Amino acid sequence: MLEIRDLRASAGDKEILRGIDLTVNAGEVHAVMGPNGSGKSTLAQVLAGHPAYVVTGGSVRYRGQDLLDLEPEERAQAGVFLAFQYPVEIPGVTNAYFLRAAYNEIRKARGQDEVDSMDFLDLLEEKLKLVDWEPAIMSRAVNAGFSGGEKKRNEILQMAVLEPRLAILDETDSGLDIDALRIVAAGVNKLRRPDNATIVVTHYQRLLNYIVPDYVHVLSNGRIVKSGGKELALELEARGYEWLEDTVGAAS
Amino acid sequence: MTEAFVQDFEARAGTATAEGPEWLEPIRRSAMERFARTGFPAARDEEWRFTPIGPIAQGTWRPALGGAGEVTREQLAPFVFGHADWTTLVFVNGIYHEALSTIGTLPPGARVASLAEALRSDGALLHGHLARHAPVEGSPFTALNTAFLSEGGVVHVGTNVDLASPVHLLYVTTAEAGGTVAHPRNLIVVERGARASVIESYVTLAPGQAYWTNPITEVAVAAGAWLEHTRIQRESETAQHVGLTHVDQQRDSRYRSFSLAMGAALGRHNLHVRLHDENIETLLYGLYVTRGDQTADNHTAIYHDQPNCRSWEVYKGILDGRSRAVFNGKVFVKPEAQKTDAKQTNRNLLLSDGARVDTKPQLEIFADDVKCTHGATVGRLDEMARFYARSRGIPAAAADLLLTYAFAAEVVEEVTLAPVREELDRLVRSRLGGL
Repeated sequence: MLEIRDLRASAGDKEILRGIDLTVNAGEVHAVMGPNGSGKSTLAQVLAGHPAYVVTGGSVRYRGQDLLDLEPEERAQAGVFLAFQYPVEIPGVTNAYFLRAAYNEIRKARGQDEVDSMDFLDLLEEKLKLVDWEPAIMSRAVNAGFSGGEKKRNEILQMAVLEPRLAILDETDSGLDIDALRIVAAGVNKLRRPDNATIVVTHYQRLLNYIVPDYVHVLSNGRIVKSGGKELALELEARGYEWLEDTVGAAS
Repeated sequence: MTEAFVQDFEARAGTATAEGPEWLEPIRRSAMERFARTGFPAARDEEWRFTPIGPIAQGTWRPALGGAGEVTREQLAPFVFGHADWTTLVFVNGIYHEALSTIGTLPPGARVASLAEALRSDGALLHGHLARHAPVEGSPFTALNTAFLSEGGVVHVGTNVDLASPVHLLYVTTAEAGGTVAHPRNLIVVERGARASVIESYVTLAPGQAYWTNPITEVAVAAGAWLEHTRIQRESETAQHVGLTHVDQQRDSRYRSFSLAMGAALGRHNLHVRLHDENIETLLYGLYVTRGDQTADNHTAIYHDQPNCRSWEVYKGILDGRSRAVFNGKVFVKPEAQKTDAKQTNRNLLLSDGARVDTKPQLEIFADDVKCTHGATVGRLDEMARFYARSRGIPAAAADLLLTYAFAAEVVEEVTLAPVREELDRLVRSRLGGL
């Protein structure tokens, strides 16, 4: 589904990704871990097309297309979804309006009919249950005045409605208490299917108790320095990241 | 150019525009004399420094004379909203048009009439209010309006009367308005404990015409009364509009204003509110949307004269093309006005490189135990919000439109009456490009 080869990206004149290689197949869950500043959030944002980053080298193939050639909206229409670390507040637009606009744009791009607000409400009702939410949340402005937990839950609700093929969760666990974490993780797990894939970007192993990955990759200084199975996350939890950074230092 | 106005003033003798109770003519004459002395504001006048009044001051303007025979209700349909039985006074080219107007069911104790009619039958009421709230010394435009004062809308809501349905004062211009000036004079009196909602609209059937509207609305909100006041300025984009609203509020009263300005080459509105007593609430919301070479100029002044009052003001602007906006927000807090709670916000969204905003908060606070804040911003669409919307599949142009609308919607939401709010929402959507 996703093939990243020697991906390099900069913000301003600072190189943040310094040659990433990663392959993700349908049905898989990959965890990308690493210390602060390792580039893991940048990787997530570059995949979604964040304008603050410039890709300086390498390639990303997504379902046979050159992902880097697509505008952010085209990536979303092709099934890529980024759950933001810091979801943006949009006062003046209701959650329902925003989500229906997104849903219809994606349908339009796929040659499907747009849905009216009544049909959309029916769809929403079912998706709200996934994140254990009341419909009242949909009449509030997008993320405006939401708590940290509500914002993350809203990201998962959007994901549930838009049904991406590739979901990238950027630090979705940060700022969540244990109950919110459970709800968010349960939502993600219910959305797992053999034909979609998930990349979970996280600093801590905690989230991976709930969203169990098939593969774990450790990012340090803009490169993947170690990959392994889910047991690697536990090892990182026990030993921290320093031993891996030392390995990199020795190698270079 | 002032002589032409003096000549027009003298030429009124014997016509309908010179009619009225005998106390009125000296007020008009003294206002005329004042304008003849001062003329239009000079370029150095701080109050008009950023306001391009050249086309008005150097223009030749004939008095607007109605001439409304051919206007139909169908033509007015785009400007009428809410329920069909709302009382709507229609003025065509400055003159009241009875056949196009609707007098809905009004509760006992409420009266709505044209000013010309009220001058004939409600002399006592008018004597107590007309030209008492908006002093002619305020500006040359006020003096000129007062000199030619003869038409407008009068809304009087008696003690403890709930008007229930809004009253709409609808000013429409036609092709015949080209080269003319109208001086509408409205009076809204909401007596003790009464409630009312009044809408003023300034619209056109002749989008290319260059005319000038110089309206004044005087508002008295008595003790414990409540008024929601909506102003919609959608003049021809080649017209001039210089308006004043002056509000006097008494104890325990609530005044809520929304001003939408989308029309006129120059659209200037002064909104002055004096809080005469304690426990008064004043909420002023505004939105201006400009393009091309338009100028939207809002001057507000809130006078906190007594303690324990609250004023809250939010004006927002969306500017495209080479348009300009001016915002001047004055808040005066007298030494005795302790515990004043005043907040002022002016936010501007620039959609083009050529647009420009001059924003100036002006707080003069002479009491020490008050909470007064102000903030002004001028900026572009938020890049993060833009990316967020695009990352959900919404194309860039649609995302920009959505975020621009959201910026406006945040203030339109403050209108409490649903049919009015929905109409404003519709106007903003269609102006921004059909959302």
